[in-house]
Amino acid sequence: MDGWQTKTLDEVLTWCRDLVEDTSFPTVRHWREAGGKVLGHFQVYFPEEIADAAGMLPLKLRGAPIERRLADSHFGSYLCSVIRSSLELALSKQVEIDMFVTHPICDAARNLAGIWGRNYSYPCQILYLPQNPNSSYAAQYLRDEYDRLRRVIEEVVGRQATDDRLRESIAVFNRNRRLLRELYAIKRETPWLLPIDEAYVLVALGGFLPREEHNQLLQSVIPRLKARTAKKQDKVRVVFEGGFCEQPPLDLLRLLAQSCYVVDDDLLIGLRWIEQDVPTEGDPLMNLAQAYIENSSYSPVQHDLRKPKEKMLLERLKNSAAEAAIITAAKMCEPGLDEQVAYCKALDAARVPYIVSEFEEGMTGFDNLQLQLETFVENLLFE
Amino acid sequence: MDDQDHGSEILGRGAREGGRLFREWFSRLSAAPERGEKTAYVFVMGSLAELLRTFDFHLSFPEINSLQTAVRRVALDYLNLAEDYGYSPDICGYVKADVGMQLRRGEHPMGRIPKPALAVLTNACNTYIKWAEIWERMHGMPTFTLDIPGPRGADRYSQPGDPEFESDRKYVEYQLRELISLCEQVSGKKFDIDRLRETLAHANRMGAAYQRVLDLNRNAPAPFNALSDGTIYLGVANALRGHPDGARYFEELAEEMTYKAAHRIGTLTEEQYRLIFVGVPCYPIFRKFSELFTTRGGVFVTSQYLQFAGGSLDAGFEYDLRRPIESLAEGVLFCQRRSMYGMFFGERELVEMVKTYRADGIVFHAIKSCRTVSTGLADKRRALTERGDMMSLFIESDLVDQRVVSEAQMKNRIDAFFEGLSSRRLRAGGGAT
Repeated sequence: MDGWQTKTLDEVLTWCRDLVEDTSFPTVRHWREAGGKVLGHFQVYFPEEIADAAGMLPLKLRGAPIERRLADSHFGSYLCSVIRSSLELALSKQVEIDMFVTHPICDAARNLAGIWGRNYSYPCQILYLPQNPNSSYAAQYLRDEYDRLRRVIEEVVGRQATDDRLRESIAVFNRNRRLLRELYAIKRETPWLLPIDEAYVLVALGGFLPREEHNQLLQSVIPRLKARTAKKQDKVRVVFEGGFCEQPPLDLLRLLAQSCYVVDDDLLIGLRWIEQDVPTEGDPLMNLAQAYIENSSYSPVQHDLRKPKEKMLLERLKNSAAEAAIITAAKMCEPGLDEQVAYCKALDAARVPYIVSEFEEGMTGFDNLQLQLETFVENLLFE
Repeated sequence: MDDQDHGSEILGRGAREGGRLFREWFSRLSAAPERGEKTAYVFVMGSLAELLRTFDFHLSFPEINSLQTAVRRVALDYLNLAEDYGYSPDICGYVKADVGMQLRRGEHPMGRIPKPALAVLTNACNTYIKWAEIWERMHGMPTFTLDIPGPRGADRYSQPGDPEFESDRKYVEYQLRELISLCEQVSGKKFDIDRLRETLAHANRMGAAYQRVLDLNRNAPAPFNALSDGTIYLGVANALRGHPDGARYFEELAEEMTYKAAHRIGTLTEEQYRLIFVGVPCYPIFRKFSELFTTRGGVFVTSQYLQFAGGSLDAGFEYDLRRPIESLAEGVLFCQRRSMYGMFFGERELVEMVKTYRADGIVFHAIKSCRTVSTGLADKRRALTERGDMMSLFIESDLVDQRVVSEAQMKNRIDAFFEGLSSRRLRAGGGAT
């Protein structure tokens, strides 16, 4: 991934956008052509450090707004788009991987290991992240599960992910997490410098670039974003919720950016799941396991008694000084749609204005949403 | 008593007794609050009835409550109520029927569902977790998620004794001990390990008899219909798991089915096609759905539903009463993992099932409400079809929402399926079974 270093900020952002929207994943193809192996992991969170330490490229499979010609015959009617389009990417060979991992984030996603495994001979597995993180044994269980995963990865790559290599990877990912936090701080504190669609592409790159390269890019871009001279406008500060798995189209995000400042969101939350540095001393797998459980964000697909989602949303609103919320869910996304109800009741109780909508990654018309959004924003501004 | 008298006494007993036991269980559940007794909400995949009974909790199965609203044709009232409250038309209908019921303070066509003192759930279905979160918000009572690591892949299905199984078992056992502490707090009763031994022993008896019943349907003609009769058996299996009445029921049922098999008394007078059912029944038109097959001579000889919705009672797992908690952890892990394997992977087991039950075809019934069971069905069918040795049908509807059930369309497809079965048999030069 070269060439961006000499470009202007706007050119870099355009280049990033093109790369994120390129469903042929050229950087992943180049990685494989150079002899590298790729681990495709479905949303939401995956301990990418383990793949990285073994020299494998972790690729976040987050679907794509593509025409589905092959995948639909593998599914029934009542499913979200991201499940289908992720398989379509593989079946159409737009992306080729050497191992597939999904998670029990929802009932559909868990089925992907079976479906993928019937169509590919490489390892297709479910990583059971703990669904009772409140058990005092959960961290030990997860550490052992990560160790099992490490052995499978090592077999695929033919290279060991030793504890020392893991510590090095953790350090690289810690750097990445710090940079992403810095990016979100810009969005939160000076949102006129970084609209949501631009922030999104900068984060999304992390889903398919080697982390060192992503770090280099962010290190170069962040100071230039801060140096922008854009002026603050009279826009409503909102939190966008509902992008933890299937991703809304970029055009939808751009539409949001025209009407309001999105000061925080849960888009690609898996890349930002761990909120603090993971210690590099001691047992690296245990450190990763504890970070997943103890120092992590929230989403509708994790049940943690300490993190009721509606309470977490209110905190997100408070911490980002947002005045309103946009509560969305991907069509047919059961966890997201379930959570909408709790969010709305909590926002009603807290008297926080909000709108509710659904999206699909492949949608192209936004007239209704635009109208809904404009009416909402006008009401807030003239209240 | 001669054989004929014995037959007239036991034939039909399973259906009669099943209905009676189920109604009585529901009445006891309805009356629990008046007696000051507590109710735990649990699910069919991993109810932990064996443990919860030792604390004298009544068990309420929201899946069973919801399906009853569909069978009794009042589900839409509840669904509408939940949708008016904010729940999307695109989420699980069982959840919404239950939400509607909670909003109506437990009003149910069979009685009144008490409020929960506790909810215990496994991750065998992810929606269980979201569902319990709704009760947490509505009732503010504690919930406990028993996290059961499922099979990691098609080839990763570790067994008791394997190091990986042992590692997962430890996690489950640890959680069970945490659950016991929570139950002590909620019930105000001290855990009694001898009572656990008793409930485990009842479950052992029930499991052995349940397995015998299912095995007896290998006979032709099949003594019972896995879809229609099987649902009655499942009701008892869940409601009375770990209870002596439940164990006795299945032992008597095994006796009845043995008699039927010995006397070649089939559930259909003329069994034409032996079918396997994969998915969840269409409860909004339950009887008619079954008749769409039986009127063409099709009988469901077994189903995956009888496995996973019966908490994998048929798995042949026997609790070791000398080490009850450890063995319960082992059993829960083994059984629920087996259920998950069947749902997410398991095409090899389907092939095996076809051989064992000498089936002519498989009916895949995907439903809108349940992604756990339905997401992989089309692909599984595709894989089996590519093997080229099996007739199958793929249909879609729902388990509770009649708005998603297109009876005419289903009938067309089912008719075409039977025509295919018939021409295949003609080509093979065979006649009726």
